Amino acid sequence: MASIAEPQGPTTATRGRAGEGLPAGWRVVARKELADHLLSLRFAVLLVLLGLAAVGAVYAAAGGIRDAAAQTSGIPALFLLLFTAAPERIPPFYVLIGFLAPLLGIAFGFDAINGERSQGTLPRLLAQPLHRDDVINGKFVAGLTVIALILGVFTLVVAGVGMLRLGIVPTPAEVARILVYLVVSIVYVGFWLALANLCSVALRRAATSALVAIAAWLVLTLFATLLVGLVADALAPVPADATPGELVRSVTLQQNLARLSPNALYQEATAVLLNPRARAVGFLLPVQVDQAVPSRLDLGQSLLLVWPQIVALVAVTVVLFAASYVLFLRQEIRA
Amino acid sequence: MAATAAATTGGPAIETRQLTKRYGDVIAVDRLDLTVSAGEVFGLLGPNGAGKTTTILMLLGLSEPTAGTARVAGLDPARQPLEVKRRVGYLPDNVGFYGNLTGRQNLRYTARLNGVDPAATDRRLQDLLDQVGLADTADTRVDTYSRGMRQRLGIADALVKDPSVMILDEPTIAIDPEGVAEMLALIRFLARERGVALLLSSHLLQQVQSVCDRVGIFVKGRLVAQGRVQELAAQMSDAGVVIEVGAAGDPAEVERALLAVPGVQRVQRVARDERDPQRWRVTADDDATGALARSLVTAGLTVTSLRRHGDDLDELYRRYFENRQTATAAAGGGDGEHR
Repeated sequence: MASIAEPQGPTTATRGRAGEGLPAGWRVVARKELADHLLSLRFAVLLVLLGLAAVGAVYAAAGGIRDAAAQTSGIPALFLLLFTAAPERIPPFYVLIGFLAPLLGIAFGFDAINGERSQGTLPRLLAQPLHRDDVINGKFVAGLTVIALILGVFTLVVAGVGMLRLGIVPTPAEVARILVYLVVSIVYVGFWLALANLCSVALRRAATSALVAIAAWLVLTLFATLLVGLVADALAPVPADATPGELVRSVTLQQNLARLSPNALYQEATAVLLNPRARAVGFLLPVQVDQAVPSRLDLGQSLLLVWPQIVALVAVTVVLFAASYVLFLRQEIRA
Repeated sequence: MAATAAATTGGPAIETRQLTKRYGDVIAVDRLDLTVSAGEVFGLLGPNGAGKTTTILMLLGLSEPTAGTARVAGLDPARQPLEVKRRVGYLPDNVGFYGNLTGRQNLRYTARLNGVDPAATDRRLQDLLDQVGLADTADTRVDTYSRGMRQRLGIADALVKDPSVMILDEPTIAIDPEGVAEMLALIRFLARERGVALLLSSHLLQQVQSVCDRVGIFVKGRLVAQGRVQELAAQMSDAGVVIEVGAAGDPAEVERALLAVPGVQRVQRVARDERDPQRWRVTADDDATGALARSLVTAGLTVTSLRRHGDDLDELYRRYFENRQTATAAAGGGDGEHR
C-alpha cells in the first residue's frame, strides 16, 4: 500500500459474460490440495511407515517362498503368494496393508474442512466463484489421488521385489488380479477418507476429528473381532452340549456381525481376490470340501464370490461421503 | 473495467429491500434497506454482533435471507451466487490464508479459482503485491506474516478478480495507524479512480469516518440511521447537546443544581471510574456548559471536569447506544435517571 500504482487493467479474456471462462472449481481445489498433500510431512511419514511394513512383509514372504522352493514349484499363481504368504510370523502384505492403509485415508482427510475453518480461509475460499460442493469434491478427489498413488507404488514395489528375489514374472491373470486388488484397496481406503472427511465437517477441531477417526479405526479393525464374539454370545449363547447345527449358526452369526466392519469386508474380498484357490468366503464344513478337486477359479469367478463385499464397501463409502456433503452444504460459514 | 461492470447493470451496485435473517427466534438482520452506488463508500457501523457480517454473507450468497431481497451488481446473490462472487471482492473479518503457502501462492490460488488468464496472472499478482506493499515478502510463507500483513494480503486477494463491488469486513482492524492511513487511501483510490462500490463494516468509527461517503448505524440487526456523517451529526444535535460534568459534593445536590439550569432535559449519573469518581451526563437544548458551571459554583459545589461532546461519529454512535440502554433501563425500573 506504500505506493498506489496504476493497477493493471483487467484481463479481458477472463471477464467475459457471466458463467463463461470459469474453470471447474473442484479441479482447482483438487490441484491445490494434491500439491499440499505431496509436500506435506504426513505424506513423508506415511510413506516411510507403510514402506517399512510392506518391504518387510515382502522380503519375508519372498524368503519363505524361496526356502520352500521345492514344494512351491509348480504351484499355480506363485507370484500372488508374495502378497499373501506369511512364513515368519510377519503378517502377509495384504493383511498389513488392510490394517495400516486406513491411516492414509484418515491422514489426508481429518482436517479437510475444519482446517480451513481454523485457518480462517473458509469464508475467503467460499467467496470465490465456486460452488460449495466443489470444495468437498475437490478435497476428496485429491485425497483419493494421493492414496491411489501410494498404494499403487507399494504394489509395484512388491511386484518388483518379487521379480528380483524370486526371478519369476507374473502371468497376465495374476496381473489382472493384482490390479483388481489395487482398485478394491483404493475403495477401502476411500471409505476411511470419507469417514475422516465427515469428521472434519462435523467436528470443529482438527485434533478431535483425528482422534474420533483413529478411534473408529481401532474399534473397527482391532477390537471388532473381540466385540463380535461377545455380541454373538449375548444374542445366541452356545450351550456346552451344542449340536453341530447350533455351532454352525453361532459361527455364521459371528461372521455376519463381523461384516458390519468394512475391515472384515475388505479382508474377505482381498483374500479371495489374491488367492485363485479360494472357493468360498466363509468357512466350509469338512463335508463340503470332502472329495473336492483342488482347482483354480478365474478372476471373474473370484470377483463374483466377493461381489457383495465390494458393493457393500462402495456403498458405505458413498453413504459417508453423501453425509459429509449434506452436512457441509447446510453448515453456516461463520466460525 | 470495474466501473463499466456496475454501469451496464444500470442500478445501484448494492441494494437490499427488507432484507431479513432469522436464526430461530433471534433476528440477526431486521428488514434492512440499503443502497450503495458505484464509486461510493458506504460504512456499515455497529458494535460486534450487530449483524454486519450476517448482512455481508447474505450479499455474497453465502447465507440465505429469511425474507427480503438483495441485488449485488444487478444480480440476486441467493439465485446467482457464482456470478455475484465473480464480481465482488470480499475481505472477511479476520482474514486467513494458507500458512504453508507463500503470499504469492495464496493469491495465485484465488486467481485460478476466478479463472484469471494464466498468462496474465504473474504480472497481475506482482502489480497487486506492489500496490499493497508486500512485494518484498511475497515469497515467504504466510505463517511468518503479521496480522497487518495478512490484512493487506487480504486486500490484494479481494482485488485479484478485478471486482466492481468490494465488501470489506473490519478492514482497519489490527493494523498500525500508518497502515490504516494507507488502507483508507487505497479505499478512496478504488472508489474515486476506479468506480468500485465499497461497503465496509467497522466498529471503529473514528478510523473510517473520513473515508465513508455515507454511513449507516447498525444496532441489533436494525439500521437505526443512515446518511452523510454531517447529516447524522445534525440530526443528532436536534436531540440536544450532551455535556459531561464532573463535580465533587453531595450527589443529590449536584443533580438538583444541574436540573435547575434552564434548557436541561435530562441528567444522568455516569458509572464511576477511578479517574473521576462523580460524573453526570447532561442533555440540554443547546450549549449550556457555562450555565451549568455557574449553577454548580453558586450552589457551593466544586466542578472537577466539564466537557461538551463533539459531533463526531463516535459520539453519534455512543448516543444511539445510550438511548437504547436507557430505554431498556427505564423499562426495567430505571436507575438514577431524573427528568
